Amino acid sequence: MAHAYTPGLKVAEEAVITKRRRLPLLGQVLVKVGDEVEPDTIVARTELPGNPHTINVANKLGVESEDVGHYMLKKAGDPVKKGEIIAKYRAFFGLMNREVTSPLDGVIESVSSVTGQVVIREPAIPVTIDAYIKGKVIEIMEREGVVVETKAAFIQGIFGVGGETQGVIKMVAKTPDDVLDGKDVPADAKGKILVGGSLMTAAAIKRAVEVGARGIVAGGIIDRDLIDFLGYDIGVAITGHEDIPLTLIVTEGFGKIRMAEKTFQLLKAVDGETASINGATQIRAGVMRPEIIVPGHKARAKAIESHIEEGLVPGTPIRIIREPYFGVLATVTELPPELQVIETEARVRILKCRLADGREVTVPRANVEIIEG
Amino acid sequence: MSEAKPKYELNREINSILATDCGSTTTKAILIEKVDGEYRLIVRGEAPTTVEAPFEDVTAGVRNAIREIEELQNRKFLDENGVITPRRPDGSGVDIYLSTSSAGGGLQMMVAGVVKAMSAESAQRAALGAGAIVMDVIAVDDGREPYEKIQRIRHLRPDMILLSGGIDGGTITHVVEIAELIAAAEPKPRLGIGFKLPIIYAGNKDARSHMQETLSQKVDLRIVDNIRPVLEREVLGPAREEIHNLFMEHVMAQAPGYNKLMKWTEVPIMPTPGAVGIGIQNVGKTYNMSVVGVDIGGATTDVFSLFKNEQGEDVFNRTVSANLGMSYSICNVLLEAGVKNIMRWVPFDIDEADLRNRIRNKMIRPTTIPQTLDELIIEQAISREALRLAFEHHKSLAVGLKGVQQQRSVGDMFEQTSSGQTLINLMDLGIIVGSGGVLSHAPRRVQSVMMMLDAFQPEGVTWLTVDSIFMMPQLGVLATVHPTASAQVFDKDCLIRLGTAIAPVGTAKEGEEVLHVKVTLPDGRVVEEVGHYGEIKAIPHPEGKAEAEIRPLKGMDVGAGRGQTLRTTLEGGVTGIILDCRGRQPFTLPEEKSARIKKLVEWIKSMDVYPMDAFEKLVSRS
Repeated sequence: MAHAYTPGLKVAEEAVITKRRRLPLLGQVLVKVGDEVEPDTIVARTELPGNPHTINVANKLGVESEDVGHYMLKKAGDPVKKGEIIAKYRAFFGLMNREVTSPLDGVIESVSSVTGQVVIREPAIPVTIDAYIKGKVIEIMEREGVVVETKAAFIQGIFGVGGETQGVIKMVAKTPDDVLDGKDVPADAKGKILVGGSLMTAAAIKRAVEVGARGIVAGGIIDRDLIDFLGYDIGVAITGHEDIPLTLIVTEGFGKIRMAEKTFQLLKAVDGETASINGATQIRAGVMRPEIIVPGHKARAKAIESHIEEGLVPGTPIRIIREPYFGVLATVTELPPELQVIETEARVRILKCRLADGREVTVPRANVEIIEG
Repeated sequence: MSEAKPKYELNREINSILATDCGSTTTKAILIEKVDGEYRLIVRGEAPTTVEAPFEDVTAGVRNAIREIEELQNRKFLDENGVITPRRPDGSGVDIYLSTSSAGGGLQMMVAGVVKAMSAESAQRAALGAGAIVMDVIAVDDGREPYEKIQRIRHLRPDMILLSGGIDGGTITHVVEIAELIAAAEPKPRLGIGFKLPIIYAGNKDARSHMQETLSQKVDLRIVDNIRPVLEREVLGPAREEIHNLFMEHVMAQAPGYNKLMKWTEVPIMPTPGAVGIGIQNVGKTYNMSVVGVDIGGATTDVFSLFKNEQGEDVFNRTVSANLGMSYSICNVLLEAGVKNIMRWVPFDIDEADLRNRIRNKMIRPTTIPQTLDELIIEQAISREALRLAFEHHKSLAVGLKGVQQQRSVGDMFEQTSSGQTLINLMDLGIIVGSGGVLSHAPRRVQSVMMMLDAFQPEGVTWLTVDSIFMMPQLGVLATVHPTASAQVFDKDCLIRLGTAIAPVGTAKEGEEVLHVKVTLPDGRVVEEVGHYGEIKAIPHPEGKAEAEIRPLKGMDVGAGRGQTLRTTLEGGVTGIILDCRGRQPFTLPEEKSARIKKLVEWIKSMDVYPMDAFEKLVSRS
């Protein structure tokens, strides 16, 4: 048995999915173990300290930093309103009069006798975390968050942009080769997650935004179109926090690439069901791939034994993920144990496989992924 | 050869050493033993790093890597408690186990200072030298408004902050201002939701009590000696030491499984780049040369250097180009270099959109490798740009101290020099050490030679080497307890000698004779060769030292002055002695496409860089 270097993306008709929902700061958990939750159920909340503002009161009054305390009308801990006078300097029997007013509503946090700075903090910002998926709370992390579990259809993409959102799956493509273009976006796509075949075009993305869709899933995207949509070029593969109105998930890669058959069939099976999706992708230090979760979907047939646990053996279905056979499906025929020399003269572990068109080729083991199914 | 002193005294005989490096993707283990009085690498093992789900325990990956060694050696090194130490009479176990780590993204820091070009820059060098990625540099004069600085501090989740500013006895106002800003921002650490962020204060000692007052309630405050006690001196040691201690206490302790791993080793686990830095410094001291080392990885490219400053002191510098790498950040190389700069190294036609897609697809499937020759050539073209950009970044930070009053003689006044000039002198550079997959695992060693020559453009005489299997981190941490073992393994097993390049500085007409080289090889044969402007060629010289007489023509300089003959000793290597007459200051590559491709093909053929059959098929296709 051999291991594939790139584990295949997970595509399962029924899987147990758990999600850790965590606050950025300690706070309050609002649900308990056993509670049934919806994607938009608030499960925990906290408060982020408000934005601090600094005012150099010493400079404004024209006094020494160590004397600022004498002229302050407010002290640390006092609430202030916008426009309220917080410090005053009078001299020459009122002929010289300087005042400092607060530029905002907040609380005086500190007065520095070293720098003459006063910090005023805005009111705290409430932060909440929702459940993201429909499911049941199975664990509480005290003051931090919860773990939610569900049984769902689960599809991982290879790359995405945009964060968490929910919507009803709307299958637009008829085949995994179909291109999703602007004219293919239905008028009633509001709140929907549109599914294309091999490609989502720039026009499709634009139209989907116009009609209020929540997301698009397709096999590929042209990188120029993604850059135009984002307004900037992607340098490093860490996404999910973009300020965009739509989450995009690509299942195969950059370019026009036929969606994998199993992925396409599963998306067809969940057409009309509500999904939670997330475009966030991170490919180092904690790999995250974009995902589509459809809670409550029941598998129609018993799941076939996963090939991933078996590793590469003759007969394993694979997809080649690098030139010169990028995107081509194949079946492993042989796994020679010894290192072999490839065209670049590198000595690597290879496998022999039969392509979908019948050709027998040699490919480095690092350049394949196992297809579940 | 001179040797470093050990940092940790062990006071016992060490004959058998196991060392691991936990990288972000792979954990590597090496076994070193004393054989016939000499320390040698015996065998190595490798396994995927296991800090992420579902394992979430780094020791699982370490065990797997060591298990490979157990299988290869048919010996036992592990028991249920970890690595067996000391070595037992039955051959099981080792005398010492050491480890380095960059898993979990390594050490990420923010630095803050008063003046961007002085205390803030010194703080940046301290952090980089300790092995950190510097996420941002905040300074009073960095051009941002206070609220912008505050927002930035709140947004970033560093592992720790290094704060500096003010010379001892100077004013305290500005550094306290920065501290107040940090206190107001209430920065939160990356790891550990309920933990206090560690902040190291390394500035004006007169401000220490104010630091306590302003920060100690909100953060885990540590105080060390000022990194700029006077303008003319930079003292980075204490700050680097404290960064390392905090790394161990905070970052490593949070990362899954490290608490266990820390118990396996009696020597603190070092951040990988910190260990490589020690290794590079030892190279310079051992061979008594200026060094540039580079480690080009999937996500980052680290550059290290050891050069003498104007006072003749050794200055070590490290930079990490956190967004230049060959897989995870390969798109950023494309972004920063631009397609044109990458394409200039490719000797065939390729559609730009096709190139961009290939690069994007490598980013999202980072563990794939080039199968065809065109893919290999494209990857190596990209690596040239990643190395070049990382080196530029390094040169801008490895500078003499700024803000220093210089003693100037009348002669100096006519030279337009200022403080803050780069220390990297390409003519003085003695040795380049390359590591990272694309350099260490190039199918032909000459490909590494060409990548390093094209990216760094060393001048005069420069020895070129690569780290055979990336064991620099392990050898670096080993040097802190056993410098002799580290130096011996480095010399015999780690360093692959590629050869010595001779690159005359200057320009001439294409085809003109610019170099006469007369070499006496170790076997006594004398070889004479002529270098013409615009060409690159090699004289075979597999190993040992050759005596050379190098005569530059047409006013070129090879290190002894313009037109002056240099007599020196040249190290051998796989590629031999390389005469690189393609020009320096500037390096000459034709702009026009067909002339450029013709030149690239000429150099590739002259140096036998790629397999000729496949290469000719490729070039004739386009």
